[in-house]
Amino acid sequence: MDYSSILDWLWPDWFFNLAVVSDEYNRGRYLAGLWMTAKLAVVSIFFSLIIGAIGAAVQGAQSKTLRVLVGFFVAFFRNTPPLVQLYFFYFAIGTVLRITGDNGLPQPLIGNFGWAIISLSLFAGALNVEIFRAGIEAVPKSTVEAAEALGYTRLQIYTDIVLPLAVRISLPALGTNLVNLVKTTTLAYAIAVPELLYVSAQIWSEDLNVREMMNVLLISYVGLVAILVWVLHRWEKALRIPGYGR
Amino acid sequence: MAWTHSQTPPVKGHLPVLLPLRSMPQGLPLQDRLFNVWTASILVLALAAALITPAFAQDATPGRSAFAILLEWTPTLAKGFGFNVLISILSMAIGTVLGVGLGILQVSPLRPVRQVAWVITQFFRNSPWLVLLFYCILLIPFQIEVFGTKIPFPGWVKAVIGLSLPVMAYMSEYMRGAILSIPTGQWESAESLGFSRGQTLREIILPQTIKRVLPSWMNLYAVLTMATPLVSIVGVNDVMALTRAALSAEGRVDLLIPMYLYILCWFFLYCYPISALTRWLERKYSVKL
Repeated sequence: MDYSSILDWLWPDWFFNLAVVSDEYNRGRYLAGLWMTAKLAVVSIFFSLIIGAIGAAVQGAQSKTLRVLVGFFVAFFRNTPPLVQLYFFYFAIGTVLRITGDNGLPQPLIGNFGWAIISLSLFAGALNVEIFRAGIEAVPKSTVEAAEALGYTRLQIYTDIVLPLAVRISLPALGTNLVNLVKTTTLAYAIAVPELLYVSAQIWSEDLNVREMMNVLLISYVGLVAILVWVLHRWEKALRIPGYGR
Repeated sequence: MAWTHSQTPPVKGHLPVLLPLRSMPQGLPLQDRLFNVWTASILVLALAAALITPAFAQDATPGRSAFAILLEWTPTLAKGFGFNVLISILSMAIGTVLGVGLGILQVSPLRPVRQVAWVITQFFRNSPWLVLLFYCILLIPFQIEVFGTKIPFPGWVKAVIGLSLPVMAYMSEYMRGAILSIPTGQWESAESLGFSRGQTLREIILPQTIKRVLPSWMNLYAVLTMATPLVSIVGVNDVMALTRAALSAEGRVDLLIPMYLYILCWFFLYCYPISALTRWLERKYSVKL
């Protein structure tokens, strides 16, 4: 029995071959792409959390107008494809929003990186609004009433009582959404932001090493997501209130 | 406003208690009268118009109106959208079948089977859809020869396969959750009635999971439909590719915003009813605490 051939079939040398990034030039590009993806992910996560918090606060507001507006925003961004949203922002609004540059020619006000951040933040932020709102609604009414009885103001109740509990309740759903956001950063490929997928496509079309690069790429993304999941898990553990939940 | 004892009317048996609030027919507060849905939508429209007008100004000879052009392109775009729907339905079918199988393997009594199924699920669930799509488009051969007959694999078939992989992983995770949410007593009583494991799964456990999986499954379908425009990136002529072709054929800057908004509205009209139905089902099946 020829074991080596079976091993070759199970683990061919292209399966996971880091030689593709051992080349100095390609490694530089790959690392730059990884860094760009990380930047995209972190900045978009930051802004999407802010959008989510503001939106959820507004949905609890008195004014019906504001609630309807936020509801419309959430419904629209949740039910349309993120890629079309990105195209809409970059190709449609980005083409119209131009300023006259130093050389007298019209220049885009916001570059492709900026539009990618805006589009991804709005897309993930819309879902975050829903998640935070569900978390806020899950806070027991008696807790809020007890805080009212102790003389807390509305703002104090929101920041000191409701929000800390709501964040803990919504963490699992938030984690899923943030993982999704990291996966969605690949869309920036479509508007030529030099992130991980874009540089990998460049490398594999120049060096003709699609299979190797593809596996490196997939494993990089799974690794990135694993890091995020680990951070969220640690965070969830650190925030856990004894005697709350299981 | 304090109701002191002295202010209470001297009626026998009338105790100084807080009286119920009288509901007065009160007009809306000024803020809501000024800023309601209508003024808000007018504001939004004005903003949109303000955004679009500079583009109109750039084009000296607009010729036909943007609306007429949209109407003209509608049949072509509708065909493209139909293709998107077809891709989503096929991927959903393949992904669901594979995912249910993988989900059942995830609760297998054999530890290695369980672990392998778990690893596959996590891998496909955590890799980006676009990367998986690239993977399938570039690495599946354009035709396979089986017993002398050539089976062609055009781009859109590969795209269907590529989109069904993440669907499979999500479905597997939903199935696992649903199967584990069935009380253990059901398994035990089926066993005591002489059901084999396969019979228990088929006749007792799986029918009960349908109700629990249905909302997530529908949500997954909406997510998948919203992911179908990705296939335009890898060179399949779907609605997005057709839209961009139409835009470059017309070559008008003022058409960009209406055209993309038009496509967004198509997807919204298709996906919103699904997600509304999902929410309704979730509420209906949710555990009342």
